[in-house]
Amino acid sequence: MVYLDHASSRPVDPRVLVVAGRYLREDFGNPSTLYSRGLTARTALEEARVKVARLIGAETPSCIVFTATATEANNLALVGGALRNRKMGTHVVTSAIDHISVINPMKQLQKQGFELSIAPVNSYGIIDLDALGRIVRADTVLSSINYANDEIGTIEPIHEISEIVHENGNYLHVNATAAAGTIPIDVQAEGIDLLTLSSNELYGPRGAAALYIKKGVRLQPVLPGGGQERGLRSGTENIFSVAAMGEAARLAAEEMHHESRRLTALRDALIREILAIEDAYLTGHPAQRLPNHASFRFGRIEGESILLNLDTVHDIQVATGSACTSQTLEPSHVLLAIGLKHEEAHGSVVMTLGRSNTDADIPVVVDAVEKTVQRLRAITAL
Amino acid sequence: MEEKPQIGYSKKVMDHFLNPRNVGEVEDADGIGIVGNPVCGDLMQVSIRVEDEIITEIKFKTFGCGSAIATASMVTELAEGKSLDEALEITRQDVADELEGLPPIKMHCSNLAADALHKAIEDYRQKQAKKAES
Repeated sequence: MVYLDHASSRPVDPRVLVVAGRYLREDFGNPSTLYSRGLTARTALEEARVKVARLIGAETPSCIVFTATATEANNLALVGGALRNRKMGTHVVTSAIDHISVINPMKQLQKQGFELSIAPVNSYGIIDLDALGRIVRADTVLSSINYANDEIGTIEPIHEISEIVHENGNYLHVNATAAAGTIPIDVQAEGIDLLTLSSNELYGPRGAAALYIKKGVRLQPVLPGGGQERGLRSGTENIFSVAAMGEAARLAAEEMHHESRRLTALRDALIREILAIEDAYLTGHPAQRLPNHASFRFGRIEGESILLNLDTVHDIQVATGSACTSQTLEPSHVLLAIGLKHEEAHGSVVMTLGRSNTDADIPVVVDAVEKTVQRLRAITAL
Repeated sequence: MEEKPQIGYSKKVMDHFLNPRNVGEVEDADGIGIVGNPVCGDLMQVSIRVEDEIITEIKFKTFGCGSAIATASMVTELAEGKSLDEALEITRQDVADELEGLPPIKMHCSNLAADALHKAIEDYRQKQAKKAES
């Protein structure tokens, strides 16, 4: 088996699982209580905050608010940020390739009277900076741009984007779910006001994510309740997931340099070999891309068929942005935004590497992809 | 009995996807039907040989998802050896039923095989009519 869909789900690192188990079984106290078991949990929570803050270069651990999912963190940043700072303006901005968990909260803001603008991208998926400069204006309260795109792997020039956003507008939110733990992020140096990251992408369990909130940036809670997380995210803290996310963040920070070099070599070999197949093309930027990310499109065949064949015949798991696997039967908005035609987007295949992948996987995957493409092209009507 | 929700494709769909029957194009076909559109992700071609109003050979080619391939394969199995009138009775629902069901979302978009078969028969009949005229 070769698992190549780390963008959609990752196994929990065994070292992280030890931490999770401890807070599930022994130190299960509620951090809001004052007896020792509660204080142990409170300590774990604050230690996790320190570790997550370090991973992204936050000025203080108190800038980190834990949520249950990245979707929730995005909603808190965007809906909570726009509503709380409405006085600054009612214009919001995102990009044509941002995640659905950013786009849909933005659409909800539209219904509440905000004006939404979408920044275009070039054929590699890099934000058109000139266009962004024209879009962002004094009443732009929030702009949200993904750090790196999970479907095409392209990494955005966040520092430049931050300068553009702050020149005329106000706050910059960055969805770093796909990037955090894989490439270095420094929220202060890069000028980021709000940043989302998720536990599972760090090889932690689901059920934890975090929003970095720059000191001084005010948000309105989207989930009122008992006032946990400085009142910004009520609900009893999910200590086992949060503590595990902290440990996952610590490990990611420690191992990122070595691991990303290793994965970059695997990725480049995979891309080189697969592009040797006839009528195969890379999607996303060739160099400015996540170290673990290889994404393609194949002419004349369809992504769901490729996915099924790779899984059932070769025991290799990949993803696709083909319309045939989506609930709406629309191709991925990301693939359309980078200029692919519908019939081209149908042939999309996304491979995301992770800690379990080794050199030995590459020839296995390449051989399986070659056979799959050959088989489906023998059937195709195109 | 509690109804079990079907997760993913049925075994029968996967069988036809992995081992499609009658792939290709009938040589000097008597009728050809093409339906679908690559923009929508499905393009299906069915070609037939007809002898004495019976479909003696039938082949398909498909650009599309797993269920597009499986339905095309299935329709060739259902139609082979049938008379043209019998083959015209084969519906999309028949194809889906023979495959032990399709996910609801796939029932319309990638269940074009019966249409392609019917078009191939129409094509054959039109050609025959033209022959008769001349």
